[in-house]
Amino acid sequence: MSTKIYIPGDAAAVACGADEIAQAIAASAKKRGKEIQIVRNGSRGLHWLEPMLEVATPKGRVAYGPVTLSDVESVLDAMLGDGKHKLSHGIADEIPWLKNQTRLTFARCGIVDPRSLDDYKANHGYKGLAKAIAIGPEKTVEEVTNSGLRGRGGAGFPTGIKWKTVASTSADQKYIVCNADEGDSGTFADRMIMEGDPFVLIEGMTIAGMAVGATKGYVYIRSEYPHAIATFTDACEAGRKGGVLGKNILGSNYDFDIEVRTGAGAYVCGEETSLLESLEGRRGQVRAKPPLPAIKGLFGKPTVINNVLSLATVPIVMEKGAEFYKGFGMGRSRGTMPIQLAGNIKRGGLYEVAFGITLGELVDEIGGGTASGRPVRAVQVGGPLGAYFPRAFFDTPFDYEAFAARDGLIGHAGVVVFDDTVDMAKQARFAMEFCAIESCGKCTPCRIGSTRGVETIDRIVANNDRAKNLEVLEDLCNTMKFGSLCALGGFTPYPVMSALTHFPEDFGATPKLPQAAE
Amino acid sequence: MDKFEPWSEPLAREIIARHAAREGAVLPMLHDVQNTFGYVPEPVIPMIAEVLNISRAEVHGTFTFYHDFRHEPAGKHVLKFCRAEACQAAGGDHLCARAEQKLGVKIGETTADDRVTFEPIYCLGLCSVAPSAMLDGKIYGRLDEKRVDSLISEARR
Ligand SMILES: Cc1cc2nc3c(=O)[nH]c(=O)nc-3n(C[C@H](O)[C@H](O)[C@H](O)COP(=O)(O)O)c2cc1C
Ligand code: SF4
Ligand code: FES
Ligand code: FES
Repeated sequence: MSTKIYIPGDAAAVACGADEIAQAIAASAKKRGKEIQIVRNGSRGLHWLEPMLEVATPKGRVAYGPVTLSDVESVLDAMLGDGKHKLSHGIADEIPWLKNQTRLTFARCGIVDPRSLDDYKANHGYKGLAKAIAIGPEKTVEEVTNSGLRGRGGAGFPTGIKWKTVASTSADQKYIVCNADEGDSGTFADRMIMEGDPFVLIEGMTIAGMAVGATKGYVYIRSEYPHAIATFTDACEAGRKGGVLGKNILGSNYDFDIEVRTGAGAYVCGEETSLLESLEGRRGQVRAKPPLPAIKGLFGKPTVINNVLSLATVPIVMEKGAEFYKGFGMGRSRGTMPIQLAGNIKRGGLYEVAFGITLGELVDEIGGGTASGRPVRAVQVGGPLGAYFPRAFFDTPFDYEAFAARDGLIGHAGVVVFDDTVDMAKQARFAMEFCAIESCGKCTPCRIGSTRGVETIDRIVANNDRAKNLEVLEDLCNTMKFGSLCALGGFTPYPVMSALTHFPEDFGATPKLPQAAE
Repeated sequence: MDKFEPWSEPLAREIIARHAAREGAVLPMLHDVQNTFGYVPEPVIPMIAEVLNISRAEVHGTFTFYHDFRHEPAGKHVLKFCRAEACQAAGGDHLCARAEQKLGVKIGETTADDRVTFEPIYCLGLCSVAPSAMLDGKIYGRLDEKRVDSLISEARR
């Protein structure tokens, strides 16, 4: 009987040697004359244990990790033998870090073979679409609205309401555009879905298409994600062969197909109108709104543009119902959030949990503090446009409104941890610099203000007319905040001002000790 | 073995024709051209403009907007270091400085012998196994001094 071994093909595992390990395991099994079947699954999200291998046993899947090339022989011994190994973590599903999560969007990620439609279907796949087809477009939009699902791309706009606008705008052609540009540092959930459970995104987009009357979808994936592009493209091909993309989906009257497009290294193309410009073949320059993309979007047609996670959450909302999904969360943040723990963190990875968990629980308990073992000093939540929070804010619950109340944002739920060697003036400078590099150039406050911001911070740090330049910086931030067309220029002040407000000592407020070498 | 084709006008025309019927074809064309030749040779711009019946200025504008597209061939190997926040938090600045020193170039430059182009990239989605890098399209995480040194010697080969 052949033994089934899971070796993630997720980029985080591959970056830590998973491909070489898969080859070595195959070679060793062959030499031993043992029959094995290797499945390149997605990642379960316990990235500090990657490459995390699993073997199917009668008791469940047993996990080993982090496996290196030199562990291959002994791990294979254990997998084919009594299971004893220093890298064994027992039954994967029982690992507390995994067991304590509420996996709704990520229910299948790391479990199924991402390229197998059969595997997807055998694990609740296409139940959501079947339900949507049964109840029809109007009720589907209603269900998504009632679930309280808000856009996971950053702005948190209610998904159902967006869909309703597109559904009620008539046109000969409408589009579903999936925003897979995931440019925020500290985020990788979209990537993990595309690499670990691509069919859930295909199903979510198909439900969206059916609900609003769109027959064509585009997925705009950033070029920095070659693995996601490959897996997702393969899944679309398998979907076409398997009758879940194309004409008469699941035997219904609905048609829907998806085309994958590759970005070209511009952060601003994650902004929805810039992304549409890019898809149309132009410079990724932000468009003024109105008109909303929902009314005049891609090629001037009504367009739903949603983040990967928003769309990938729709199938479970449809399958289990709005009430079920809405039952999780707090306040106006309903359901779960796939939170990404990154940077200088001991246990980094993906942790999906209901809204309401505090930042401190996430960083200290779940993440285990820093990887360097030094104290946590600052945490940036929400990517390069997100605020830096000090430890004093660790009681902030993960909730759109609670973060906003503290001049921060959840964004795409990336949490980047810094230890006490961080220089916050440098981080503020980087925020301005990044804005200058990535500005689309349309508005002066963003394009010019960010460059001025870099120079001003340099002067502050050099103690060159510090008091006056601190004022200049604050003014500059206000101009950017209120005079920018999109959130690149408009939100860059968040990391800058939060660094200045919470860590003034790094800007020379008190004499600074020379930094010790690392 | 060379990864890229030498410049050929008929081949460029063939690549462009492949995408001509697609909606918003400019980016797919530019990507395909660059994947074939290693950069976007100048004559390609008017070719795309002609096929899509748009102005050269518009194609040129698109081409220059995106960080990915190259005006000229890169070095034999392309080493990209992630310079975004999560990698900074995990010690990426120090490793980047080390790489610059070993390669003898600043990030954004190519070594004098044309062997290595060393470039910044802003997040590879490997922020939980930071710091990270990409060498000729292959990804690497959990970089430390030793791994950086071995990446550099590989790139120099
Ligand atoms: C500079 C900038 C970058 C953005 N990057 C992304 C991104 O990478 N992915 C994303 O889904 N949304 C991004 N957004 C948000 C999008 O504009 C938009 O709100 C989102 O795609 C809507 O989908 P949702 O409602 O499902 O979140 C970005 C916004 C700005 C201003
Ligand atoms: S704020 Fe910056 S990125 Fe946004 S539209 Fe203006 S110039 Fe472009
Ligand atoms: S376009 Fe010139 S300031 Fe906005
Ligand atoms: S910040 Fe470096 S990989 Fe994300």
